[in-house]
Amino acid sequence: MTLNTLGSDFVILLPLTFLLGWASLLLLVDLFVPQERQDTMPLLAVLGLVATIVLSIMQAGQSAWAFQGMAVVDGFSTFFNVLFAISGLVGVALAYDYLRQMDLARNTYYTLLLFSVGGMMLMSAATDLIVIFLALELLSIPLYVLSGFARPKGESEEAALKYFLLGAFASGFLVYGIALVFGATGTTSLAGVVQAVHGGALLNPMLFIIGAALMLIGLGFKVAVVPFHMWTPDVYQGAPTAVTAFMALGAKAAGFAALLRIFLTAFPQVSADLTPVLWVLAALTMFLGNVVAIAQRNIKRMLAYSSIAHAGYLLMALVPYGQQGLSGDVSASLLFYLVAYALSNFGAWAVVMVLERQDDQGLGLDDYAGLGSKSPFLAACMTVFMLSFAGVPPTLGFVGKFYLFRTVLQGGFVWLAIIGVLTSLISAYYYLRVVVIMYMRDGDPQTHPAPWLRWTAGVMAAGVVALTFFGGPLFNWASQALLTAF
Amino acid sequence: MDFLTHPLNVVTFFPLLGVLVILFLKEEQKNTIRWVALITSLIAFGISLAVLVQFNAANPDLQMSINLPWIQVAGWNIHYFLAVDGLSILLLMLTTFLTPISILSTWTAIDERVKDFMIFFLLLEVGMTGVFLAQDLFLFYIFWEFTLVPMYFLIGIWGGPQRMYAAVKFFLYTMAGSLLMLLAILWLGINQGTFSVPELIAKGGIPADVQLWLFVAFALAFAIKVPMWPLHSWLPDAHVQAPTAGSVILAGVLLKMGTYGFIRFNIPLFPQAAVKAAPVMAALAVIGILYGAAVSYAQEDVKKLVAYSSISHLGFVMLGLFALNEQGIQGAILQMINHGLSTGALFLLVGMIYERRHTRIMDKFGGLWSIMPIYGALTLIVSLSSMGLPGLNGFVGEFAILLGAWGAGDAGGVLGSHYYAGFAAIGVILAAVYILFMFQKLFLGPITHEENKKLSDLNWREIITLVPLLILIFWIGLYPKPFFGLMAPAVGKVIALVHGAVMAALP
Repeated sequence: MTLNTLGSDFVILLPLTFLLGWASLLLLVDLFVPQERQDTMPLLAVLGLVATIVLSIMQAGQSAWAFQGMAVVDGFSTFFNVLFAISGLVGVALAYDYLRQMDLARNTYYTLLLFSVGGMMLMSAATDLIVIFLALELLSIPLYVLSGFARPKGESEEAALKYFLLGAFASGFLVYGIALVFGATGTTSLAGVVQAVHGGALLNPMLFIIGAALMLIGLGFKVAVVPFHMWTPDVYQGAPTAVTAFMALGAKAAGFAALLRIFLTAFPQVSADLTPVLWVLAALTMFLGNVVAIAQRNIKRMLAYSSIAHAGYLLMALVPYGQQGLSGDVSASLLFYLVAYALSNFGAWAVVMVLERQDDQGLGLDDYAGLGSKSPFLAACMTVFMLSFAGVPPTLGFVGKFYLFRTVLQGGFVWLAIIGVLTSLISAYYYLRVVVIMYMRDGDPQTHPAPWLRWTAGVMAAGVVALTFFGGPLFNWASQALLTAF
Repeated sequence: MDFLTHPLNVVTFFPLLGVLVILFLKEEQKNTIRWVALITSLIAFGISLAVLVQFNAANPDLQMSINLPWIQVAGWNIHYFLAVDGLSILLLMLTTFLTPISILSTWTAIDERVKDFMIFFLLLEVGMTGVFLAQDLFLFYIFWEFTLVPMYFLIGIWGGPQRMYAAVKFFLYTMAGSLLMLLAILWLGINQGTFSVPELIAKGGIPADVQLWLFVAFALAFAIKVPMWPLHSWLPDAHVQAPTAGSVILAGVLLKMGTYGFIRFNIPLFPQAAVKAAPVMAALAVIGILYGAAVSYAQEDVKKLVAYSSISHLGFVMLGLFALNEQGIQGAILQMINHGLSTGALFLLVGMIYERRHTRIMDKFGGLWSIMPIYGALTLIVSLSSMGLPGLNGFVGEFAILLGAWGAGDAGGVLGSHYYAGFAAIGVILAAVYILFMFQKLFLGPITHEENKKLSDLNWREIITLVPLLILIFWIGLYPKPFFGLMAPAVGKVIALVHGAVMAALP
């Protein structure tokens, strides 16, 4: 670990520092852009995100510490930087049409979105528990505000408050966990924790395990793992759909980035205690998410439970994290699946937004009846996303699940894998129901023209299918996005 | 360029070209769409004939293989691997042969959303062809699961009144079995380091107890597809609700994917487990034969009768496969083709009368022979073929299977008892009962319903649809030697593997 001057620290974390600086700048610019001019801010946000992507890609293959070991640039953080910045771009594209069709267009939206992306990026780069906590707040607080963006609509305000209160509660668990780990090891830096555990300098092993478990709870809230998922359906349903789409991927991916980095570097020694916990949580999440989704008649709630279930599949691949030689596969399969999930997730929500009308009209499953003949393009895209969620070939969701199950089987957890495939079967039922309704029932669904939403859906669907067959680069990228070892 | 012009790639993916053309046509240009689909599938059949010409029947191994590294990162060893051998060549031909016939049968029957229908149908052909050619388990699984999607739409959009229920049931049942197979595939990939089927066979060395688990996981996927008793309950629903062309392909090809899976994967990959499981599989097969026949007899709806008869016929195929001797397996493969031809033809015939009369209840008919003599004559031939009359195709396959099962019942054979063959033979008699009973109800006796008097006999298009099937029915019945010749060396190779396993199991 070398000491850098402060200036070079900013350069090392350039994608992140640039984005946060740009977001702060936009905060000021916002004051001078009249509310009627609705194109300026999204355009500036897109410019900032594109520059961030370019800066991140320029860092590919590099590896360096910053701020005295509090953050790091490595393949892992670069992967997530690109993923989050692209999510931000999609978030802008989705919001641009959606906010106008719902009469919500306000320029602050894009600034908040950029700050949240910045928080996510910091989350994947943080190597100090305190920085992880800061990053979590930086990504969450803009999301709390965005959830309430549709005020004075009651559901939206409720969603914001619920998300805020439960999020704050979860942060409490995380901070308390960090405090206990600090108590057990005398440091908050991950490198220090690793040294303490390896060097036998663990002051109190019991405290360490309890601290680790509490941190798992705190992050489990963020990624919506059962039984910490209670907020998800209400928040996903109440928040403006563009926010939901962004949050469903962004917050989950950021949470898993932190989980991966902490668990794979600092906690392998306590895997004997944590693996059974992860096993049970993953199994519960997959089961409950998928079973409860069957009962939903509102597409936003259904997708909310589906997102809970997917947190379960991701967590499933984390179960063998402590095994020698498997950490690369654990991380690569999770990263790969996050990309697969991102594409289907954004695409599916884009279709939902094309059909959503004011006052929560157009969100019932029955509102999709007849979409197959009325709008074959949207219906075909939605079918691709549903099949991908269910893990049916030839979609990226299938390849992603294949990778996850491979990791689990390599770890020797055959029963967990069997629970995984059986719950996939359950999930196929409610995903297919959407397809049944679209193609096999008559109806007259109303759609918005929304060119950006349609483009997003089309591009995502093409990606989901094409990457199944030509996914080589994505495989390489995910398997080379390595965590820096300490 | 080699990749794009490789005959197996062309035969698999050529229908996509038709899909592309159809995408650019308008829904109103119904006839153009139909012609494009028909010509596409005819060309695909032509290409498969070219494959057949190049095929060397004397070679027991995989031929014309195209084997390229596909996904090679992180210890994955997945190849894009297509090849054909004696086990699959006939099924490849059956697929490309039945597709144009099915498309021709929809000419007037499908008049709504013709564009979507033809797109799904051609996509289905891609999936089915891929299943029979893929030699890498990952690639195979992709094709295998992919066939569900177009079939699901074919049943769900163009099917009968209960179509949505039938479509979802079909999808979920099949997927349930496939998912456990997926885990078994992953186990093989992780522990054997390859997904390539010939490499896995050559490598061998899977402990006997693990073999049994893997065998069960694969067998479940395939047994649901076949379907074997007691996993058959999706089949009557799917068949009865599917449109005629869907039923033809479902019975003709999709069910064969299950039996093909047994001969391609279960038996060669897990020979010790196959020998151990043979009596159980054969017993289930015999139950299926008798159960299918008995339930067929009780049906009032002709289409349901044909659907249940499929369970009985595929029971014969399974019995032949798990006799694990030359006659049994050869008979089983031939019987796969026979069932595709006869049952395919029966579904076409049922579809033709349904199009005219909009009912399939047997009591609504009677005395049709005098009104529709051509229809009656053709139905008679196909029915006799289905019940296994000597001189027609069904007899050859069933006879070989029964011989095989009898041989396996000798001391030292895998079944060890002649009861299997004995009870299966009763199934042949029952088949004659339910089929002749059906024929009598439909065609003989006085005309009991006034509406039936106005029914028109078959037109030229319908006759052309059936004639190719009839030619093959007679050909296989009278001179089956070339068909056996195509498969014999490859079957011999499988038998050798099984013998090796029996020897290895001896103390």
